[in-house]
Amino acid sequence: MDWDWEYAIDSLPLLAEGILVTIELTVLGALLAYVLGLVFAMIRRVGVPVLSQFVYLFVEFIRSTPLLIQVFAFYYLLQPAIGVKLSPFLTGVIMLGVHYATYTSEVYRAGIEAIPKGQWEAARALSIPRGRVWTGVILPQAVPRVLPALGNYTISMFKETPLLLAIGVVDVLNSAKEAGAETFRVIEPYTLAGVFFLLVSYPASILVRKLERRVGTV
Amino acid sequence: MSEPYSSPSSDVMIQFDRVVKKFGDHVVLRELDFSVKPGEFVTLIGPSGSGKTTILRLLMTLETADDGTIQVGGEYLSHMERGGKLVPADERHLRNQRKRIGMVFQQFNLFPNMKVLQNVTEAPVRALGLSKAEAEQRARELLEMVGLSDKIDAHPMQLSGGQQQRVAIARALAMRPQVLLLDEVTSALDPELVAGVLAVLKEIARTTDITFLCVTHEMQFAQDVSDRVMMFDQGQVIEDAPPEQLFTQPAHERTRSFLHAVIDRAV
Repeated sequence: MDWDWEYAIDSLPLLAEGILVTIELTVLGALLAYVLGLVFAMIRRVGVPVLSQFVYLFVEFIRSTPLLIQVFAFYYLLQPAIGVKLSPFLTGVIMLGVHYATYTSEVYRAGIEAIPKGQWEAARALSIPRGRVWTGVILPQAVPRVLPALGNYTISMFKETPLLLAIGVVDVLNSAKEAGAETFRVIEPYTLAGVFFLLVSYPASILVRKLERRVGTV
Repeated sequence: MSEPYSSPSSDVMIQFDRVVKKFGDHVVLRELDFSVKPGEFVTLIGPSGSGKTTILRLLMTLETADDGTIQVGGEYLSHMERGGKLVPADERHLRNQRKRIGMVFQQFNLFPNMKVLQNVTEAPVRALGLSKAEAEQRARELLEMVGLSDKIDAHPMQLSGGQQQRVAIARALAMRPQVLLLDEVTSALDPELVAGVLAVLKEIARTTDITFLCVTHEMQFAQDVSDRVMMFDQGQVIEDAPPEQLFTQPAHERTRSFLHAVIDRAV
């Protein structure tokens, strides 16, 4: 099959829409994963009764089932059951965010555990209030060290966005499929979608590796 | 110093009453009794792993005793009175009591993400509610006292161990503690940096009425600065005497052999 430049260029506008959706999903999903993961890690570190055990079970459950099944279950089973109807896009953001929060919570946990016990003890000996121990002492030391790992998970999340076609989110790969649907020619849009993933992921991984060298890994 | 360190009028600053501490099956403190008067400098000596540091950690509320009571300045530290009965202290009680006590650690434990000045101002601002200006004023005075006025804007990692430990001393003093606990504060230092830290501590002991409880292997320092030295072994104080007596004519055989061992090691 020959490569048709004209056709490739024609499919670009449709692809561009998908690219935008993919970027939005990744950015919003990642932000949710960063925040929620930290909350999970802190709840478990502090050992909040009941909540801590709940978070543990939740994290284990999410980590041991595929994202696709979680997306299906959340969209087609859970939402109707509780009488909520979220848009496919919002559902996608939440599912990506929650799913990856279970991974980032482990990353944060490792980062927090890497802080020497003496830091907690010094803060306690100085009567620094507990909230401030987190924001002033522990997190400023732990977060820089986990940035590379968070970066890696963000790249994985970015590459998993096509899976949201299951609930009708048209990301870049799915928009490529749509572009091809009318003409039965998918080589060009699929290739372009692949190039897009490569163009984003590869420099991003190089950046993460640079970051790793600078801050060390957990 | 802008104002003197204050102590309550009580004639006992630290009181251990039959304190028991176990780690698993290992009994570290066996019904330990001792007391320290306000303004006294008391040094604990004894073999490694004998529980000296545990005594300091109990006072700093980093550990809790399994039995017995601890009082500081006439008030219960380990317990609180509720309905006429003594019950183990809750976190709020500990938070209030802790402010009167400071600790300098073997590993300095400065906050590496803060500059020197902020290491010293952080607790007064956050825990005592001082304004930033007041806290900085206090920190500058203390950093001058420990000889580090020129390092105010440095990061802890840029300092030598001895300098870091002097910052840690200033940081503990910034809380104006009644009791200062010194936990092998020179053990992690290169030998040539020890003298500077000890000189600073001697000066503080001389010019303030802070009560000191010190764990150290620096026998010369213990002899120079202490009002009293306690030999601690197997969870008990086995000898308690002024330094001139304990170091020259130890009454207890165990003290004698310990002193021989450490002084031989030093030579």
